[in-house]
Amino acid sequence: MVVQKRTPSRVVFNILNYGFFALFTFLCLYPLWYVFCYSLSVPELAAKEGVSFWPVGFTLTNFQQVFALDGLFHSMFISVMRTVIGTFCTVVTCMWLGYVFTKEKMPARKFFYRFMIITMYIGGGMIPTYLVFRSYGLLNTFAVYILPAMVSAYYVILIKTYVEQLPPSLEESALIDGAGPIIIFTKIILPLSMPIVATIAIFAAVGQWNSWFDNHIYTFNNKNLTTMQYMLYNYLNEAQRLANELKNNPNMQSQINKQNALTPNSVRMTVTMITVLPVLVVYPIFQRYIVKGIMIGAVKG
Amino acid sequence: MKAREQALQASSALRRKKGKKQWSLLWLTLPFMILILLFNYVPLGGWILSIFDYRAGKSLFDCEFVGLKYFKMIFTDRNIPSVLKNTVIFSAIWFCISWLPMMFAVLLNEIQCSKFRKFTQTMTTLPNFISWVIIYSLAFSIFSSEGALNMLIYKLGGPQFATNILADSDSVYVVQTAIAQWKGLGWASIIYIAAISGIDQEQYEAAMIDGAGRLRCAIHITFPSILPTFVVLMLLDISNILNTGYEQYFLFKNAITAPKIEVLDLYVYRMGLQLADYSYATAVGIVKSLISITMLFGANALAKKIRGTSIV
Repeated sequence: MVVQKRTPSRVVFNILNYGFFALFTFLCLYPLWYVFCYSLSVPELAAKEGVSFWPVGFTLTNFQQVFALDGLFHSMFISVMRTVIGTFCTVVTCMWLGYVFTKEKMPARKFFYRFMIITMYIGGGMIPTYLVFRSYGLLNTFAVYILPAMVSAYYVILIKTYVEQLPPSLEESALIDGAGPIIIFTKIILPLSMPIVATIAIFAAVGQWNSWFDNHIYTFNNKNLTTMQYMLYNYLNEAQRLANELKNNPNMQSQINKQNALTPNSVRMTVTMITVLPVLVVYPIFQRYIVKGIMIGAVKG
Repeated sequence: MKAREQALQASSALRRKKGKKQWSLLWLTLPFMILILLFNYVPLGGWILSIFDYRAGKSLFDCEFVGLKYFKMIFTDRNIPSVLKNTVIFSAIWFCISWLPMMFAVLLNEIQCSKFRKFTQTMTTLPNFISWVIIYSLAFSIFSSEGALNMLIYKLGGPQFATNILADSDSVYVVQTAIAQWKGLGWASIIYIAAISGIDQEQYEAAMIDGAGRLRCAIHITFPSILPTFVVLMLLDISNILNTGYEQYFLFKNAITAPKIEVLDLYVYRMGLQLADYSYATAVGIVKSLISITMLFGANALAKKIRGTSIV
């Protein structure tokens, strides 16, 4: 690297540049930090004084009371289940397809590959999809979270690109030893493909965890299938209604303040925190796999 | 001698195996292809609903055939002009600021302290992995009447409940774009950061020996190198002009923002699933899809002409 001259304009630019990125990073993090502090604050103090950078009157009662809410643990369970099962199914399916589409010996390989690629460009749209799912009897079932998400053409392309650059000699030697396609896939291809498996798994897991619109349109009537995200969405609507009621009714407000009960805001903030926490914990750990994944895609695209 | 014979046999066996199609691969793949058929192609067949008067609970055979009635209705529907206007405005704003991620990447690349750079990159891509529900919740906590922003204004001596930009019909387009940028800017810049890291460092060294500063390096080396990526993404943006998605607009829609926030995708949802006007909503969806796919192939042809390679 060539050493740079320290010209005055360079110094000014550096200050502005560092300042800009510091500010932008702050803007990305502050809303999360604010919600975090609010969820640890005493509800009535937070409502009266407001939260800025630290919790006001540290307490864990918000979490205690929110965890006592009806259905919170169940919706957490549903969210975890759809994330675990959905991610597993998507990864296995896309890995297998990505592998098979690299095989010359696969009959009608080109046809099936195009058959899958076309789905990236054209789809039935929301209404026909809804009606078709209804005719399959998928409405209000857990399967509607898993099955439609299993094949993703984009993931398959990423995996195919990765598998193509693996040395073919390993597979050939296994073939000589008489290994069948399933053995080759599980014993040779999968262990060699762990980086791309990690990338796809994190994409799929975040997608499953964050998904809520399918809950809203397909499983709306089955309260047993409510996910964390959708529960939060319901609380948001509820909180707005409650907040309006409180504002219009001074008696109620003073009553709630006296009882030191949860305010709609602190319920909302605490549920938000619980919902976003898994992503906040997992993301920094897997960030390098995510970046790697998008780079493979970028080279291809 | 024996080992050589074995090796020869093995390699000829391998060659025999290589030429032959392996049908077991097909049987193991077919279930997944059926899945694609059921979940991606059968809904395409559902397009046929648009030429029938489909009502919930009836079988398609009992429904009246109405031809292109619902397609003609699109042109007389009084909601369509405003919905279309919103969609195009959101897309146009998005298009006009589509250089932001590129700029972001170039500026980030100028940060010399690698720890700071990595930290910034990680933290600015984080919002992309947060769901829209949570983003709505965050926006609500900051901007609503009782939110952090109003609390700050109040503490600084301003009026109580001073602003609520989430319930302000004048700034809908700007606010929604800003929120979408907050979520996506860092993530969108990654593709450019990848492109920049692929540039040959010797180019910079040679330029610097010739007396070029960082600015000149950026103008003459960095930008030209990542311009093809920018052009491709811009073309994709153009072909996606009608595909704004619906999650964000669905969540941020309220009584005040409704007239300006309802985009085409959200309108299809409202007509189809809330008002159960399945046939009409399907017809709108079809027209949207056909326009999008035509524009995508148009953009592709254009990219072929400019770059010599296709994008799809």
